[in-house]
Amino acid sequence: MLRVEDLNVHYGGIHALRGISLNVEKGKIISLIGANGAGKSTTLRAIMGLEKPSKGKIIYEDKDITNKATKEIVKSNLVLVPEGRRVFTNLTVKENLVLGAYLRKNQESIDQDMQWVFDLFPILKDRQQQKAGTMSGGEQQMLAVGRALMTKPKLLMMDEPSLGLAPLIVKNIFEIIKKINQEGVTILLIEQNAKASLEISDYAYVLETGQVFMKGKGLDLLNNEEVKNAYLGT
Amino acid sequence: MDIELFFQQLANAISLGSLYALIAIGYTMVYGILRLINFAHGEIFMFGTYIAFYAMTSFLLPWGGAFLIAIVLTVIFGLLVERAAYKPLRNSPRMSVMISAIGTSFLIQNLAIVIFGGRPKSFPVPDLFNTVIHLGNISIVSITFITPIITAIVLVFLLYIVDKTKTGMAMRAVSKDYEAARLMGIDVNWVITITFGIGSGLAAIGGIMWGLKYPSLLPMMGLMPGLKCFIAAVIGGIGNIRGAVVGGFLLGLIEIMLIAALPALTGYRDAFAFVLLIVILLIKPTGIMGKNIAEKV
Repeated sequence: MLRVEDLNVHYGGIHALRGISLNVEKGKIISLIGANGAGKSTTLRAIMGLEKPSKGKIIYEDKDITNKATKEIVKSNLVLVPEGRRVFTNLTVKENLVLGAYLRKNQESIDQDMQWVFDLFPILKDRQQQKAGTMSGGEQQMLAVGRALMTKPKLLMMDEPSLGLAPLIVKNIFEIIKKINQEGVTILLIEQNAKASLEISDYAYVLETGQVFMKGKGLDLLNNEEVKNAYLGT
Repeated sequence: MDIELFFQQLANAISLGSLYALIAIGYTMVYGILRLINFAHGEIFMFGTYIAFYAMTSFLLPWGGAFLIAIVLTVIFGLLVERAAYKPLRNSPRMSVMISAIGTSFLIQNLAIVIFGGRPKSFPVPDLFNTVIHLGNISIVSITFITPIITAIVLVFLLYIVDKTKTGMAMRAVSKDYEAARLMGIDVNWVITITFGIGSGLAAIGGIMWGLKYPSLLPMMGLMPGLKCFIAAVIGGIGNIRGAVVGGFLLGLIEIMLIAALPALTGYRDAFAFVLLIVILLIKPTGIMGKNIAEKV
């Protein structure tokens, strides 16, 4: 569904990605794990057209989307929930969700998806008219995911959805990720919480200093000694 | 001050205040989206007035058509300014954009001297705007009534766009977070274009009404109203449309009432605005309606 080939990104003089290649199969949950600065976020940002790759190709559904405008990429039902949630705190919850469907025209299907988001996150329904900035971190994360779902994604990418959230809410978020996946949305996930993300992943890539250091099935990596020592702290 | 003089001056104050409000909205909207004080806004306002003048005098258009053309051309002019002076600096430090804005302001002023001439031109005022209305012992020129009415209509329309439409939502989203807005598929450059277009259109409407009120046109005429309306926007809380309206009315009211109460100070008329700016910056730097809430991250 999504294929990244030999992706290179430079930030000024810094060579942030040094030839990353990934493959995301339809219907799966794939995760990227690795330390800070390994290049996980940069990879997702480059896929969304927020960073310009200096070399490499990004193929989504058999189309080359390298260097395409972000708007076009969103239109092709590929979306990113950015790190740190980034909800529009000055807008109401409802308005945030409506903006998720900014490029969509079919009101009926927008309403359907709104209902779907409210079913997934009942709290958002209760807080529709509230300004997003007044909600707790966990609720804002739910809104960020809900807003992304309103773009009707085929592939949903999430950057650290559990960052800074209480353990109970983290668990809840991971359950919802699984649920969204079961409804047919492919997921590409970045996590610091390597254990929780490997447990739900079909396949995972371990990134280190801008390169793919290891890859394999989620459960295999979970039991891999090297990964255990470096990322799982056991 | 007797009661009649008070009402007379109150009408003037509301009229001037609504004019300030119109222009202040342009500053505040552009600031909200670009975090840029568009110092060329006063020159866009001046441009609008001159276009209306030439449309009526050189092209002999009826005032309605002339005003419409002036608004349209001023919007285009505002968009050109944005394209030429601000868009190339989109990823530059804010200071560079501000310097560019100041430079653009000087450039347009001086071009106007060359093209329009430095001598004052007299703006033709149609009878509709120049009729004296008598209410008891108070007599007021009709433009004094028309200005606040036009401002109110424009304001309702504008607030509808910003608060209720999807484009308005996109504008508010862009003002908060460019990148998150792009991730929703919003074309940030398009939103900036719309914002500049609306701001320039309001400047043109303000400029035309200014010409009807003070029918002497000069290339530098945008400077002082521009600065004052910037101050009005800051007083109200820059970035906030309702704040710009409050700031505009407040500035108009204080300016007129102070002169009416203390005629000896008439010469310092323009200085009040700056005193007010300093006071506001000392007491409440975020402005009257500016919010400074801690946001969760």
